[in-house]
Amino acid sequence: MTGAAAGLVLALALSAMPAQVRAAGPAPAGEPAYAVVGDEIPAPLTGQPGDAARGRAIAASRQKGLCLLCHSGPFPEERFQGNLAPDLAGVGARLSEGRLRLRLVDGRRLDPDTIMPSYYRTDGLNRVGAAWRDRTLLTAQEIEDLVAFLATLRN
Amino acid sequence: MTPRQPGRMTARAALAGLAAALPAVACLAQQDGRQDGRLSGSAFMSAETREMQADDAANPGMLSVLDGEALWSRKEGAAGRACADCHSDAATSMRGVAARFPAFDAARNAPVNLDQRINICRAEKQGAAPFAWESPEILALSAYVGLQSRGLPITAGEDPRLAPFIERGRGFYSLRQGQLDLACASCHDDNWGRLLGSSPIPQAHPTGYPIYRLEWQGMGSLQRRLRNCLAGVRAEPFAYGAPEYVELELFLMTRAHGMVMETPAVRP
Ligand code: HEC
Ligand code: HEC
Repeated sequence: MTGAAAGLVLALALSAMPAQVRAAGPAPAGEPAYAVVGDEIPAPLTGQPGDAARGRAIAASRQKGLCLLCHSGPFPEERFQGNLAPDLAGVGARLSEGRLRLRLVDGRRLDPDTIMPSYYRTDGLNRVGAAWRDRTLLTAQEIEDLVAFLATLRN
Repeated sequence: MTPRQPGRMTARAALAGLAAALPAVACLAQQDGRQDGRLSGSAFMSAETREMQADDAANPGMLSVLDGEALWSRKEGAAGRACADCHSDAATSMRGVAARFPAFDAARNAPVNLDQRINICRAEKQGAAPFAWESPEILALSAYVGLQSRGLPITAGEDPRLAPFIERGRGFYSLRQGQLDLACASCHDDNWGRLLGSSPIPQAHPTGYPIYRLEWQGMGSLQRRLRNCLAGVRAEPFAYGAPEYVELELFLMTRAHGMVMETPAVRP
């Protein structure tokens, strides 16, 4: 089944399903569903446009985004940036918003071996700590904020 | 840019690459004469921290060793016996012992780590209550026993009865887990030598435990270190002494077979 078809089936099924079985499928329990088309999620996850300034704060945060543990990027004020992953500078010129969104939501659809966490997924994980169980790393709106921010990184 | 994969390169290429970022690494490996590319955590430390570890007068772990030496000859429990009453001089009787733990315990039909072995002696030979996990006493005694292996090669895992436990530890090491969905191997095999935020990722060889960790401002066991990494990936830690930890310790020690013991090590 293609991602798009799966998303559609899920969206239809959700209305009929009891709340506790909703975790299976492309949207985490209680969160908006989404559709994957090719290597993108073309449509925003929420109705409210992303806020690039909030996205930047999430990317830089060591509690929320954790991006700079692995990535470096145009954050001159942040002293400690990782080098496990590509520099985020210019990523908005390299990737469309739809591709950025899929990369953040569930990068393992693009490469099952990637070490980059899926920020909007709760299924298929092992031994998640009690405080984090059944919670996505980021909310749908936070993903949209990050997409809006990353899209501004054009050089 | 595609990230380099030091863990997948030849040891030589990896060392050459690392040497640029961390000058200490290449020369340490040369000193040890090691050819297989395995590096102790101390190879990833700053020069100051390495000097602190190497100088017994500056190494804060030596204070714990001294406490352990005192405990070694203190009479304890209903039996009123000291460790020294059964084992006499630790320099002789405990030489190489920490280097082969966790070891198979026939009565329990499972591996036990050094802390557990010390508490078994307390219960069965001294008639004393066990020391709590991470208590200053258990860390001091294991640091004192550990010191008697300093400079000797790790031999843990040679007993064939340990094989199934080592395999379980290996499985756990390769399991992606936690909310971040990372395996130990994701960092320590595939990305060692790179920076996770500000920290160089070591190869996770448990050569120096118990350690004095500057971040903790105190001593800690290998299990405490493992809890840190599990918490880091937002996975559920186990209770101290859980079989899963002992199996993981055993796997890590077996993976470090032949490497030189450094107890008490200092870590950032
Ligand atoms: C544990 C490591 C890790 C974390 C944390 C992480 N990433 Fe990544 N990321 C990677 C790696 C490695 C890649 C390279 C491709 C791959 O392996 O999937 C990557 C690729 C990307 C790409 C595509 C880059 C390109 O040029 O194609 C984007 C965009 C990205 N990450 C954004 C983020 C953002 C934003 C965050 C935080 C919300 C984040 N990453 C957190 C490891 C990580
Ligand atoms: C996201 C990366 C990451 C993951 C996953 C990870 N670690 Fe670590 N580990 C580190 C870093 C970085 C250090 C260095 C100390 C520090 O600064 O936290 C470290 C240190 C260690 C050490 C200490 C080595 C020494 O020299 O004393 C051991 C042992 C270890 N890890 C084992 C493990 C095991 C076992 C797992 C899986 C249960 C694991 N790690 C998962 C990043 C990781």
